[in-house]
Amino acid sequence: MTGALKLRFNRKQLCIPYVAFLVLFVICPLLVVVYYAFTSGTGSITIENFVNFFTNTNTLGTLLYSIAISVVTTAVCLVIAYPVAYVLARSRLKKKYVLLMLFVLPMWINFTLRITALKEILSSIEGNLSAYPFLNTVTGMTYDFLPFMILPLYTSLSKLDKSLTEAAEDLGANGFTVFMRVILPLSVPGIISGVTMVLLPSMTNYVVLDMLYNSTYIMGSLIGSYFAAYDWHGGSMISLILLIIIFVITLATNRFSDDETSGRAML
Amino acid sequence: MKIAKKVIAAAWLVLVLAFIYIPILLLAVYSFTDAVMVGGAVDGFSLHNYATLFRNEELRDMITGTVLLAVGSALIATVLGTLGAIGAFYSRKTAKGLINYANQIPVVNADVVTGFSVCVLLIVVIGIKKETFVPLVAGHVVLCSPFVYLSVLPRLRQMDNSLYEAALDLGATPAQALFKVVLPQLLPGIISGFMLAVTLSLDDYFITTYTKPSTFDTISTYVVNATKGGQTDIKTALWALSTIIFLIVVVAVVLMNVLSGKKRASEERI
Repeated sequence: MTGALKLRFNRKQLCIPYVAFLVLFVICPLLVVVYYAFTSGTGSITIENFVNFFTNTNTLGTLLYSIAISVVTTAVCLVIAYPVAYVLARSRLKKKYVLLMLFVLPMWINFTLRITALKEILSSIEGNLSAYPFLNTVTGMTYDFLPFMILPLYTSLSKLDKSLTEAAEDLGANGFTVFMRVILPLSVPGIISGVTMVLLPSMTNYVVLDMLYNSTYIMGSLIGSYFAAYDWHGGSMISLILLIIIFVITLATNRFSDDETSGRAML
Repeated sequence: MKIAKKVIAAAWLVLVLAFIYIPILLLAVYSFTDAVMVGGAVDGFSLHNYATLFRNEELRDMITGTVLLAVGSALIATVLGTLGAIGAFYSRKTAKGLINYANQIPVVNADVVTGFSVCVLLIVVIGIKKETFVPLVAGHVVLCSPFVYLSVLPRLRQMDNSLYEAALDLGATPAQALFKVVLPQLLPGIISGFMLAVTLSLDDYFITTYTKPSTFDTISTYVVNATKGGQTDIKTALWALSTIIFLIVVVAVVLMNVLSGKKRASEERI
């Protein structure tokens, strides 16, 4: 009996538990969220949730504020991280891997503890944290997400074929032209995956704002407040809007994507 | 000109490192004092923050709870993700593509949305009690297993397929071939997937808040609540926690580098 079972054992079937898990705990929750987003508390189908979101100046303001925070944070991270990744990738140091580790090591420390550290410093400098909410939030987000920008940039810059830059130099291009015409275009996959890794979390990570006493809402805070009020329909509606934003970003960046530089998988 | 460039480059690296490390290191220094705020009055060296951290039952429970949750969910995620990757790798192209897409959802999704959706399905719709820890563990496994899957898959691609066939030809049952031939080859991917899962779970705030029992706290949710409260004792004890975690991370990274360096050296010798 068991012999027959063993014979029919097939490697493909090993994925059944994981597929079942994905369906049950990833796909089903999202379907429920979509259903809840289009229903009201009484169970009738409605698009009222969305109409309210897009006609209310408060919620639209939240959307705009989230976009402002995330775009500025991403830009700041990119400006800080690109030179770091560039210098590290091109350095001839034997132990440059150790140096890279130094830059990404904070990633493994719990982010709430890191933000606590930053908060203590900022409040000893500024006195009253609530005086500069936007600046503090961008600083906090940058502090939190910088490693996620450095890593993909480093990966894509260190893979860059040195002979290409040498060829450009031999053909008479100066340093600036080589950078603009050769290095920068070739590092686009790294830039894209770094940007996607910072853009989205900085739109939703409202803990950074909370901890730095910024009382303005971002998209994530809306889900938090609907959750606190047991308003599953409102929370689902915001989740669906975020899902659409994520989907659009993923589609837009997919054609640039590069397996090896993408995602938190490189941690 | 060249030297100027090098100086600017080095200065930039130092500046960014200062930005990264000054807060953590300053907090570490202050964790050894009586001060109640960074920059505040310092009354000399003191270990009372560390004493509080180890004596306070609430803090101790919170830390053990966080670690148990991380290791437990990482173990489940590692088994699921590894089996999923092996199964998907040998499946037909369409099935494989579909699994890859589904696997990618939690990776690109915002943690807030993942946590909220798991909460709505398991707690609101199905009605599982938060106190059973089922929603919490399920949420953490959702967060972690895709990354295990992603770190095992490249190993499968690198693996020599004929080894499995050879094992079967030599009389091994498929299960034996799997455990004795395939799994050992995937081990580095499985281990790094597991480590990744542990770190992701330790760092999570959002999935935890939406699915945890009200009396249970992880480091993240505890820290966020503590910063809102006025208990300076707890607040400064968390500085000590931050310092200890920092030291653990430094030691772990150094060890990892030494080990992989040795491995690389021995491989080069061969």
